[in-house]
Amino acid sequence: MNETNYSDLFDNLLPAFGETLEMCGIALLLAVLLGVPLGVLSYITAQRSICQNKLVNLVVGFFINVVMSTPFVILLVLLLPFTRFVVGTSIGPEAASVPLGIVAIAFYARLVEGNLHAVDNGVIEASLAMGATWLRIVTNVLLPGAFSGMIRGLTVLAVTLVGYSAMAGIVGGGGVGDLAIRFGYYRYQTDVMLITVLLLIALVQVIQTIGEKASRKVQK
Amino acid sequence: MIKFDNVSVSFSNKKGQLVNAVKNVSFDIEDGEILGIVGTSGAGKSTLLRTVNQLQLPTGGKTVVNGVDVGGLSGGDLARFRHSIGMIFQQFNLVSTKTVAQNVAFAMEIAGRSREEISRRVPELLDLVGLADRADVYPNTLSGGQKQRVGIARAVANNPKILLCDEATSALDPETTNDVLRLLKEINAKFGITIVLITHEFDVVKKICQRVAVMDKGELVEIGDVFDVFTKPQHDFTKTLLSHTFDLDVPERLTLDDAKPLVKIIYNGEKAEDAIVANVVRNYGVDVNILHGKIEYINDKPFGILIVQLIGTKDNLDNSLDYLSKNTYRTEVLNERN
Ligand SMILES: Nc1ncnc2c1ncn2[C@@H]1O[C@H](COP(=O)(O)OP(=O)(O)OP(=O)(O)O)[C@@H](O)[C@H]1O
Ligand SMILES: [Mg+2]
Repeated sequence: MNETNYSDLFDNLLPAFGETLEMCGIALLLAVLLGVPLGVLSYITAQRSICQNKLVNLVVGFFINVVMSTPFVILLVLLLPFTRFVVGTSIGPEAASVPLGIVAIAFYARLVEGNLHAVDNGVIEASLAMGATWLRIVTNVLLPGAFSGMIRGLTVLAVTLVGYSAMAGIVGGGGVGDLAIRFGYYRYQTDVMLITVLLLIALVQVIQTIGEKASRKVQK
Repeated sequence: MIKFDNVSVSFSNKKGQLVNAVKNVSFDIEDGEILGIVGTSGAGKSTLLRTVNQLQLPTGGKTVVNGVDVGGLSGGDLARFRHSIGMIFQQFNLVSTKTVAQNVAFAMEIAGRSREEISRRVPELLDLVGLADRADVYPNTLSGGQKQRVGIARAVANNPKILLCDEATSALDPETTNDVLRLLKEINAKFGITIVLITHEFDVVKKICQRVAVMDKGELVEIGDVFDVFTKPQHDFTKTLLSHTFDLDVPERLTLDDAKPLVKIIYNGEKAEDAIVANVVRNYGVDVNILHGKIEYINDKPFGILIVQLIGTKDNLDNSLDYLSKNTYRTEVLNERN
């Protein structure tokens, strides 16, 4: 077993933590910006929904399913050319954000769709009876109705992404998870592994608490 | 005017079988009237009602509102058409994330009303339904009756010509039901809105409807003036539906005694004040045993049912029965006479 150089470790830990936050933050942002519209699209184009469209529904559903059912490590590798095309490199936290973001988008789209389904159908029917367009129903009834659930979903997503970001470390993404694997796993420094894992647990805990609070606050 | 012209609606259920929810229904609803639709669960009442604002497209025939075939509308035309039809529901269907005032305003926003108009009219509407002091609370803090009042305010916000009510009082207790019915009646009288009201309770019909349509297994089996349908139900199904009103039980031994006719007398508003029974006794020398009786109110008009036993000579009995038939709404001998 190797001696642990703690000052060396802490020099590494802080930037790694920053990298993790960066990766997950970008992915979360993408999930909100693109996952929400995608989830809404999937919901409203479904059969008997308010903007029925078989083709769009099929395409959206297919994208989500493919991304969600492909093991993340494989997706990481498959997306390498795309990543290089988008950020110009395939290593570093920015590069890792691409596959992470794509998973986040698909994952969150499904969560959002589920939350939309939980909105009372009767209210949608009442809105239709009043002559509301699908867009008005989405903005006035569906999204507000699903909001607290969507925040809870975002918490789940964030926690999941922290886990996934560790895998992104494998292909040179950096981050705390990468640190855990490099020091703890490859060099058998159990104490380092422990510290990093504790750090990840703390991060997840913080995310969870904030998420719960926020979701409860917006509930009507 | 709403015209159901041979309307049929069929669904294919999960097993792929065809369910005929509405079968060749034809009738008209006049402007300004309150019409009730009654029938047991699954009779197709909601499905028929939903063809009026195209929440449901007929699979056969057509629903015509003021000369417009509703099924032919789409896009902006359909939206504008829907602004002129209000609808209230059993489960109220308020937007839980909007306040009471915002729920009412929502209907007006949808109809493209200006902000000034909305902020002027919403308080008026809440005043109309007696909820001015609850404008800024969320629906989950309201009682069922209050929720339905918000539903009504929302439904009439755009001055609709028609108000559709699908079991609007079915989730409410009797007292609250009466309050809501009174409000509907007031709205009908004040604004001349045509009201179509689905219910499975005949009591609701008696209180506010002028006419009633009876549906059974997708078909219209009877339609007419509430008083007529109520006192002279034609169809077996209607009779069953009304049986609790007419089943005034008398001991069987009385019906077996065929020398003494057992007579059911139904008398309506105008004749209720005449001393008909007293006249029979006085003029025909017939004894009258009153066995059972009650008074119902239809549209606030009294309507009485009396079961009596007549005792006297054959001639006197014949004469008194003749008199009763002529002077009451309906007289019916319950036991066979020789
Ligand atoms: N969207 C649908 N898909 C399949 N079947 C339907 C659909 N809507 C209604 N039905 C069927 O049509 C029939 C009539 O339903 P409807 O809701 O009109 O009855 P109802 O008279 O309003 O009953 P209730 O008093 O229970 O509300 C029922 O057998 C019902 O199962
Ligand atoms: Mg119904």
